[in-house]
Amino acid sequence: MATPQSELAIEAEGVARRFGARWVLRGVTFALRTGEVVGLLGANGSGKTTLLRIFGTLLKPSAGAARIHGHDVARDTDAVRAELGFLAHAPGLYDDLTARENLRFAAEMSGLPVGTDLDATLDRVGLAHVANERVRGFSAGMQRRLAVARLVLRRPRVLLLDEPYANLDAEGIALMNDVIADAGRAGGAALVVLHELAPAAGVLDRTITIAGGRVAESQPAPAPRIHASRAEQPAHALTAEIR
Amino acid sequence: MAFRDDLRRVRAIVWKDLATERRSKAGFNSVAALGITILILFGFALGPDVQTLRDAAAGAIWLSALFAGVLAFNRSYQVELESGALDQLLQYPGPRWVIYVGKLVANAIFVGLILVIVIVVGIVLFQVRIPSAWPSLIGVLVLGAVGLVVLGTFYAAMASRSRAREVLLPLLLFPMLVPVLLAAISASKALLVGDIMQEAGAWIKLLAAYDLIFLVATLWAFEYVIDV
Repeated sequence: MATPQSELAIEAEGVARRFGARWVLRGVTFALRTGEVVGLLGANGSGKTTLLRIFGTLLKPSAGAARIHGHDVARDTDAVRAELGFLAHAPGLYDDLTARENLRFAAEMSGLPVGTDLDATLDRVGLAHVANERVRGFSAGMQRRLAVARLVLRRPRVLLLDEPYANLDAEGIALMNDVIADAGRAGGAALVVLHELAPAAGVLDRTITIAGGRVAESQPAPAPRIHASRAEQPAHALTAEIR
Repeated sequence: MAFRDDLRRVRAIVWKDLATERRSKAGFNSVAALGITILILFGFALGPDVQTLRDAAAGAIWLSALFAGVLAFNRSYQVELESGALDQLLQYPGPRWVIYVGKLVANAIFVGLILVIVIVVGIVLFQVRIPSAWPSLIGVLVLGAVGLVVLGTFYAAMASRSRAREVLLPLLLFPMLVPVLLAAISASKALLVGDIMQEAGAWIKLLAAYDLIFLVATLWAFEYVIDV
């Protein structure tokens, strides 16, 4: 029986979910220890995003239990949300607000103290020079970076990332890997939905493959995990090394 | 401390919604234009007789505010749905009522401004005489607007989960608004003719009771309609 002090950061125990008559997940069971970074693989429509949304408290499982650090995602939603950083496929930004205003809104909604250093966060993701520009004029990659800034602002222990490398350039990929490595180092964990392994190969401990609504395979990541200092290298260097 | 954080979240949502509306402009302009257009159409339908126009003024103004309000309520969630912001909003810690109250206050300010425009245009078009009991009339307008916004914000959240939300919202909202509209129109009409039958007070009490009941019920039920 899991407790809120569980050493397991993320647990799925027979998680099933259906939409109407169609079962997308049919009993997914796996666990991530604290400090672990796992890539979630699978074909289109295999239920990866559905599983991530269940852990993110955005969907309730039809059967089974999902827990974050021992907190049940369906019952103990407040505690789960306080631990989580969820990066969805869509950036979830407000087009008519500036980059700084979007971050300030996120800070206030997250209950962060007044005076949280938004500029330092924008600087970290390389958007300090457009802090006062409206998001409507941002490229897809810039919007992604701002979504990453919102993620790191909260310093969540557990990261749920849905295709986090989409629209990011090499520098952005390195930044994303840095954020993931930080979560691992801080005693958290990260579950990363991926279509391509290459950008994340430097930070993954193992991969889980979903097929037919169940875990089909769980195996170590194809390349050795590259820790802190190496994760800070530019992504193109890591990609070349993996090849 | 937690309650103070919740109030800060409410304020953040109100500011965000109003800033988004103010900057996009298209929303406010189109909603106000719709309200005025409906009033003009009522005027054409009723004909040139001044007394007929005066008798119908309260109903025409409230119905114009209702149709314009439906657009406004739909828009308030449309902004959240455009780039997946609703999912992000639901990810923040804190109770769900915070989102509802934030949206409610922002919609109240937005619809309040629309109502002011519709009333001013309605007074001119329908040649309404301002009654001596105008403070009571303002009270009716406030209570009616609260009922409209409470139910509109709640049902817009419910409809936002559906692909047919533009059609679904009026279908859900209009039947539920019948008591609020009936009370608001009857009280307004009574006050506009000097409340000869002394009936305005009863309608105002009814309106206040509906507002209170719907506010409590929607505050409680909001988390069940916004969560999937």
